[in-house]
Amino acid sequence: MLQQKHLLGLEGYPSEDIQSIIDTAFNFREVLDRPIKKVPSLQGVTIVNLFFENSTRTRISFELAQKRLSADTVNFSSSSSSLKKGESFKDTAQNIEAMKIDATVMRHPTPGAPQHLTEFIDAVVINAGDGTHEHPTQAILDMMSLHEKFGKLKGLKVGILGDISHSRVALSNIYGLITMGVEVTLCGPPNLIPPFIRNLGVNVNYNVDEVIEWADALNVLRIQRERMGLGLVPSIREYRAMFGITKERLDHHKKEIVIMHPGPMNRGVEIDGSVADSDQAIILDQVLNGVASRMAILYLLCGGKSSEKEES
Amino acid sequence: MKIEKLAKDLLLINGKIIDPHNRKTFDGDVWLKNGKIAGVGDVNTPKGAEKIDCSGKVITHGFCDLHVHFREPGREDKETLKTGSRAALAGGFTRVCVMPNTHPPLDTPESINFIREKAQECPIHIHPIGAVTKSQGGNDITEMGLMHREGAVAFSDDGIPIQDGAMMRIALEYSTLMNVPVINHAEDECLRAEGVMNEGIVSNHLGLPGNPDFAESTMVHRDLELAKFTGARLHVPHVSSAKSVQHIRGMKKINEKVTAEVTPHHLYFNDESLRSFDTNLKVAPPIRTEQDRKALLEAVKDGTIDCIATDHAPHTIEDKETTFDLASFGMIGLESCFGAVCKVLVVNEMAIALEELIRLLTVKPRNIMGFEADLFQVGIPAEIAILDPTKDWVFDSTHVQSRSVNSPYYGETLTGRVEMTISRGYIASN
Repeated sequence: MLQQKHLLGLEGYPSEDIQSIIDTAFNFREVLDRPIKKVPSLQGVTIVNLFFENSTRTRISFELAQKRLSADTVNFSSSSSSLKKGESFKDTAQNIEAMKIDATVMRHPTPGAPQHLTEFIDAVVINAGDGTHEHPTQAILDMMSLHEKFGKLKGLKVGILGDISHSRVALSNIYGLITMGVEVTLCGPPNLIPPFIRNLGVNVNYNVDEVIEWADALNVLRIQRERMGLGLVPSIREYRAMFGITKERLDHHKKEIVIMHPGPMNRGVEIDGSVADSDQAIILDQVLNGVASRMAILYLLCGGKSSEKEES
Repeated sequence: MKIEKLAKDLLLINGKIIDPHNRKTFDGDVWLKNGKIAGVGDVNTPKGAEKIDCSGKVITHGFCDLHVHFREPGREDKETLKTGSRAALAGGFTRVCVMPNTHPPLDTPESINFIREKAQECPIHIHPIGAVTKSQGGNDITEMGLMHREGAVAFSDDGIPIQDGAMMRIALEYSTLMNVPVINHAEDECLRAEGVMNEGIVSNHLGLPGNPDFAESTMVHRDLELAKFTGARLHVPHVSSAKSVQHIRGMKKINEKVTAEVTPHHLYFNDESLRSFDTNLKVAPPIRTEQDRKALLEAVKDGTIDCIATDHAPHTIEDKETTFDLASFGMIGLESCFGAVCKVLVVNEMAIALEELIRLLTVKPRNIMGFEADLFQVGIPAEIAILDPTKDWVFDSTHVQSRSVNSPYYGETLTGRVEMTISRGYIASN
C-alpha cells in the first residue's frame, strides 16, 4: 500500500512509493502483452474521470488503464459540465461524490485544483495535470521508461529541454527524479526557465549541446505554438537553431543519448521527425508505459494489496 | 579630408605614443606593414618606407563609438554606411556600432547580414546592433540568437524606449543566451509626453513643453533592477541626468555587469543654449541643466560612466529647418567629438588626463563589446588616430563629412584635433 491516500503531485512523495508504483507497473506491462489484456483487479470499483481541460492521450491512457483493471468508469468533461451553467466547483464535486464513487481522476487548468477537490470529497483523487503545477502520472511513466532503458534510476543524468516555466511535466519530473537520486539539468530559453528553480536542486544550462554531452537521456518538451505569439519565443527557426533536437545536432555528438518526449510532438520544431522515429527515441515506449503506470497507480490507490501478491 | 590607400611600409615617426590598453605613454615610432602593426616604439627603420612626421602629435588607438545612426537601409538621404564612415574617420573613429532604427529596422538575421556585407566595402569597422523587438514594436522579441550568429554585437530598440517592463525583462533574460549587452533608450513615454527639451526654468522661459529628468531616471532605475535580477548585461546609453547617474553609481557597487555611456553634447552643452531655439540642439534625451552636466562630468571622472558615444544622428535640412516642435530629434557628432570632449574633460574643466580620455574612446567601449582592445600588438590590422590634443580650432561646415549637417557646434572653438586616422588599409587626413 502507498503511504498517501491521493496522488496529487510528486513534491515530497516518498521514494519507496515511487519505486513501488514502478515495480507494480512493470508487472502490469506483462498483462498488456497478453492476448487478453484484462485483469479483474478493480472489479466493482467506480472511477470518475473529471476533465476540466482538453486532453487526448492522458484521458485515453487513464480510460484504458481503468478498463484493463475492470473498473466501472464515468467521464465528465468541461464541455458537458454544469459548471458552464454556473454551478460552483464545490457543488459539482459534492454531487459527483453523492453518487458513491471510489476515485476521481482530475485534470484542471488551475494549479491546486485537485488538492481543493480533496477538501470536498472522500474519494481518492488522482491528479491528471493541474495547470502549470504537476502531472505526477506523466513523471512516473517517464521514470518507468528510464528504468526500463537503464535498469536503474539512481545516478542517471537527465536533461529536460524546453519551456520549463509553463510545464507541469517538467515540474513533476524534477520532483520525482530528484527524489529517486537522478541528476537533473534544465535547458531552454532563459526567459522560459523560472529564475528560482535552482532551489529545487537542479542544474540550469542554456547550452543544449553541453547538456547533450552530459546527459544519459533528454526529455524534450513540447514548445507550444501559442507561446510564439506572446513574444516569448521569437520564431520556429530561432528555436530550432538554438534548442531544436535535430538530426544534425545529434550527429555532432559522438555519444548516443536516449530521447524522450511527453507528446504531443511538434515535429520540425522542438524535435526532428527523423529523431523521433529513430532507435534513440523511446517515445512510444513511454506511451505504453503510461497505461501500465496508470494501472499501477489506480490499483495501489483503489484496492490493491501489494504488487507481488496480485501478479504472482 | 583626404582618404588614401596606405603605403606598403609606413612609418609614423617622432610621435608621442599613448597605448591606452597597456597604460603606457612613450616617445617613438609606429611601423605599419601592409596595413598591420609591424612595430611600436623602437623600430628598425625599414628601407624605402614612407614616413609621416608626428612631432608634437599623439599616436594612439583609433576610437570606437558604440552608438551611431548611419540610416541605412531606408534613409540614405541622411547617411549611408559609406558617408558615415567618412564622418567617423574625420573624428578619429575606426570602429562603430550602428543602431537598428532604420527602415526597415535591423530586426532579422537577414538585415544584420545586409549590414555586415555592406560594411565590408567601408574603410572603418561597422558592427550592427540588432533590434530587441520585431519592428521595434515593443511586443515580440527578435531572433536574437540567429542575429548574434550573423554578427549583431548588442541589442537595442534605440530611439524607442522599451516601455513594457515585462518585455524588458524577457529581453534581458533572453539576451543571457548570447551574453551581449541590451541597450535601452530609457525614457518613460508617458512622463516624457510631448516634451521637446528638458523640463526646467529654461523650458518655462521658452514656453516649450518639458521632458523631465525623471522620465529617464525612473526607467534607468527599472532597467538596473531588471539587469541585476536577470544577470543580463545592461548598457545604459546617452545618460543625461544627475538622477540617472546616481542610480547607476549605486547599482555599479553591486553589479559589475552594468555599463553606461555619455554623449559629447550632454557634456558640452546645457539647456541655457536652447534659448537660441537652435533645432540642432533638440535631442533625445534632452540636453539638461548645468547641474546635470556637472554631474555627468563627475560621473566620467569617477568611472560611473564607462565611455563616450556620440549618438551621431543625421537628419536632413528639411527635418531641422522647421519650428522647434516639428524638428526631428538628434545631431551629428562624430566630427566634433574629440574637440568637444577634450576641451571640457581635459583642458577646461575636469583636468582628466589625456590618457584617461583616450581610454574612454578606445579601450573601454571595445571592452564593453568584447572587441580586441590591445591594438599595438604586432600583426593587428592598424586602427590608429593621430591627434593634436592642444590645438584650438573653430568648428565649421567644412569639417563635416557626414551627408547631413545638423550640428550645433558651428562657430564653437574646440580644443584637440584629430589630424589623421588609419583604418582598414586607408589613411584619412583632415
